[in-house]
Amino acid sequence: MGKSVTDTLKPRDAKEVEDAVRWALGNEKALEVAGSGSKRALGRPSQTDATLDLSGLSGVTLYEPEELVLSAKAGTPLCEIAKLLSERDQELGFEPVDYGPVLGRARGEGTIGGVIACNLAGPRRIKAGAARDHFLGVTAVTGRGDTIKSGGRVVKNVTGYDLCKVLAGSWGTLAVMTEVTIKVLPKCESEATVVVAGLDDARAAQAMAAAMGSSCDVSAAAHLPDHVASSFAALPKPEASTILRLEGFAPSVAHRKDQLAAAMRPFGPVTILDEASSRALWRDVREVKPFASDHAAGRPLWRISTAPMNGPAIAARITPAAQMFYDWAGGLIWVAMPFADEPNAASIRRAVADLGGHATLIRAPAAVRASVDVFEPQESGVAALSRRVKESFDPKAVLNPGRMWAGV
Amino acid sequence: MALRMPELDADVLARRDRIIATLRAIVPGEGVIADEREMRPYETDGLTAYKQLPMVVVLPETTKQVSEVLSYCHSEGIRVVPRGAGTSLSGGALPLADGVLLGMAKFNRIREIDFENRVAVVEPGVTNLGISTAVAHAGFYYAPDPSSQIACTIGGNIAENSGGVHCLKYGMTTNNVLGCEIVLMNGHVLRLGGKHLDAGGYDLLGIVTGSEGLLGVVTEVTVRILKKAEAARALLVGFPTSEDAGQCVSRIIGAGIIPGGMEMMDKPAIHAAEEFVHAGYPLDVEALLIVELDGPQAEVDHLIARVETIANECKAVSCKISQSEEERLLFWAGRKAAFPAVGRISPDYYCMDGTIPRAKLPLVLHRMKEMERKYGLRCANVFHAGDGNLHPLILYDANRPGELEKAEEFGAEILKLCVEVGGVLTGEHGVGVEKRDLMPTMFSETDLDQQQRLKCAFDEKGLLNPGKVFPKLHRCAELGRMHISGGKLPFPDIPRF
Repeated sequence: MGKSVTDTLKPRDAKEVEDAVRWALGNEKALEVAGSGSKRALGRPSQTDATLDLSGLSGVTLYEPEELVLSAKAGTPLCEIAKLLSERDQELGFEPVDYGPVLGRARGEGTIGGVIACNLAGPRRIKAGAARDHFLGVTAVTGRGDTIKSGGRVVKNVTGYDLCKVLAGSWGTLAVMTEVTIKVLPKCESEATVVVAGLDDARAAQAMAAAMGSSCDVSAAAHLPDHVASSFAALPKPEASTILRLEGFAPSVAHRKDQLAAAMRPFGPVTILDEASSRALWRDVREVKPFASDHAAGRPLWRISTAPMNGPAIAARITPAAQMFYDWAGGLIWVAMPFADEPNAASIRRAVADLGGHATLIRAPAAVRASVDVFEPQESGVAALSRRVKESFDPKAVLNPGRMWAGV
Repeated sequence: MALRMPELDADVLARRDRIIATLRAIVPGEGVIADEREMRPYETDGLTAYKQLPMVVVLPETTKQVSEVLSYCHSEGIRVVPRGAGTSLSGGALPLADGVLLGMAKFNRIREIDFENRVAVVEPGVTNLGISTAVAHAGFYYAPDPSSQIACTIGGNIAENSGGVHCLKYGMTTNNVLGCEIVLMNGHVLRLGGKHLDAGGYDLLGIVTGSEGLLGVVTEVTVRILKKAEAARALLVGFPTSEDAGQCVSRIIGAGIIPGGMEMMDKPAIHAAEEFVHAGYPLDVEALLIVELDGPQAEVDHLIARVETIANECKAVSCKISQSEEERLLFWAGRKAAFPAVGRISPDYYCMDGTIPRAKLPLVLHRMKEMERKYGLRCANVFHAGDGNLHPLILYDANRPGELEKAEEFGAEILKLCVEVGGVLTGEHGVGVEKRDLMPTMFSETDLDQQQRLKCAFDEKGLLNPGKVFPKLHRCAELGRMHISGGKLPFPDIPRF
């Protein structure tokens, strides 16, 4: 991309971020917006002249456990926030997925700004929401070089447009977040996982629907087909396993695991994992373990979000040589293609267009990401509106230009 | 009452007959109302202090009609105000004298219920409660429950990002909507989201939710439905001071407990409610807390005991635990009737809606006592204690000259106080016309300009619901201009590597 290491700007405060964006505007330069750079390999390769490195904007600025609220500068490492929350038995309710291992990096490298900019969410998404749902307030520098704020530090707030929502998941293409305020939640006192063995994908979708439609308050539901089961060391046996997590107060979990086990027995043999095994198992799900190994590292990886019951039908349209597993009660499918340079994009796009949802190419060589859509192609009216939204924040395309789509 | 609205477009008014004829061709039959008497029901919404007859009322029945009406108004430069059930408490549906009032009441069908995917697809004119009723036979419900849920529509809920007493645990509208069909002012019909989670690109649905009808007209909604909790029980706890009650709320949340609902009332509100519904509220306490725990039976029983212990440690002077569903509902009956109950003790009341960081409650209540003296008006408080959403009810008599104005000033001062202590102008009622001119207390001009630029991305002529939310209207061309300064590095000190 013609970029050298000398072209990194590392602002120390929000004012310097504003200066950097204004410099880019005045000199017709484009900036790569980065926290720790842990998700740099995700998205369309972007043509930029310099990197705006936000790792210097670090530190928690407000934490009030009893108000369930935390503010931090955007470059604050996620692990630092997790540690602080853990000391007060709290956590991020949306349980962010860690892309480090599948992108060939270490775990725990991300920043809070990056997690929000990519709207990450892990297995608990189906119960607690994604990063967007916990994102209360923001200060950011738009592509016009203006410092703006939106939202606040309280959960209930409808004052003005909810700019937090559109910044979450905008991949740094609209504004550079400098400080964020998020809702935090108490950590659950106890957890357990009910495992149903031996189901095919369609039957597993029905079992997960039954579990989610029960009063058991299931906090995560995934199906691990037999061809990936051996990657999950915490499973009782390396066979197709439909896993259902229960979290909460100990007496409640104790009661619900028996209730859920009884409801699942008509589907297949049931075992219950204790707390330690449950935690280990869901960490592997969160880190997309089967596709994070060195062996899988070269294979294109897709992430598909669809209606939970459509999961198996989408999977059936994809080459049988692909490997996959389901999270979000069947509504999230991770698909690893068999050959390094062949993302099989056409089959994925057709399946999603027919059955609904969206697919993102999470991992592929840069040349592949430059030649096929990484994010879901949009219908023309939505695409035009998205371009106008981009222009409203960043009319000169100085922030991560083209990272999501050409022109956005 | 005088309210500054966008300057009348005399040119549009002069063409009124022709406009009505064209609209009748798009929406045949009784879908276009131009008679003054028949338009009267549309002249106001839940904020009844403001009234304005629209130029014409249009009640479309199909997305195609909505698209054609908007497309026509867009090309002719005619303003449009969308309306659901008209329960807005901030004047969000207040008509414009030179505008079309677009009523969405005929979009009242439930299109699909999909229990396996746990979603319902409904038209925007379906009431909030209507969704829960339609899925109740299978033990499901739709979580956000604004007090007006029997009347308010899901389309209006999207416009206002409505909350309710259970949103501490289950979220507001924005956390429970998965998709919508929306018609932009230029008539383009877009689909945002669907039955799946999260957006494949920008979260446009997240921006539309809470946009107060300024960005588009929603014609279909996909919402998430939840299985009803196995059990729910409530505690009714009285405290000698609001500080003690506030402390109890903090301790409950600090213990890792997120109740399904947690409501506080102050003494004037307790007395008004008790006299009205006889819910058995203690009359000798300064603050009353209703804490509802819902979930599996085993969990509810466990947590009820823990909350009772915490309440006693926080100097509770009375604590009742519901022993039956009837008793639980009775605890709530007083709170739910608090507004009409206050209506019985005062000819009029003005309902405010700010949110504050919870710890600031004693300070804010204290300052409001001072304001009561300053304005010579009484104030009763109900409070979504879990999330800091305050509803002061200012009591006044509209027949006494100057009292409404005093009540409004009192209200504005309360909202400014909310912002001063780190809170916001509105927690769930919206900005509308009511809080429009207070927006600069919370946002800078730069902040508001960016919000209006986003509006321009959806509605470049500014024809959809103008005069709401923003104190100053700018033309999109003017907002789009950029002043780029300098070509030299203005920040020689930033470390470069």
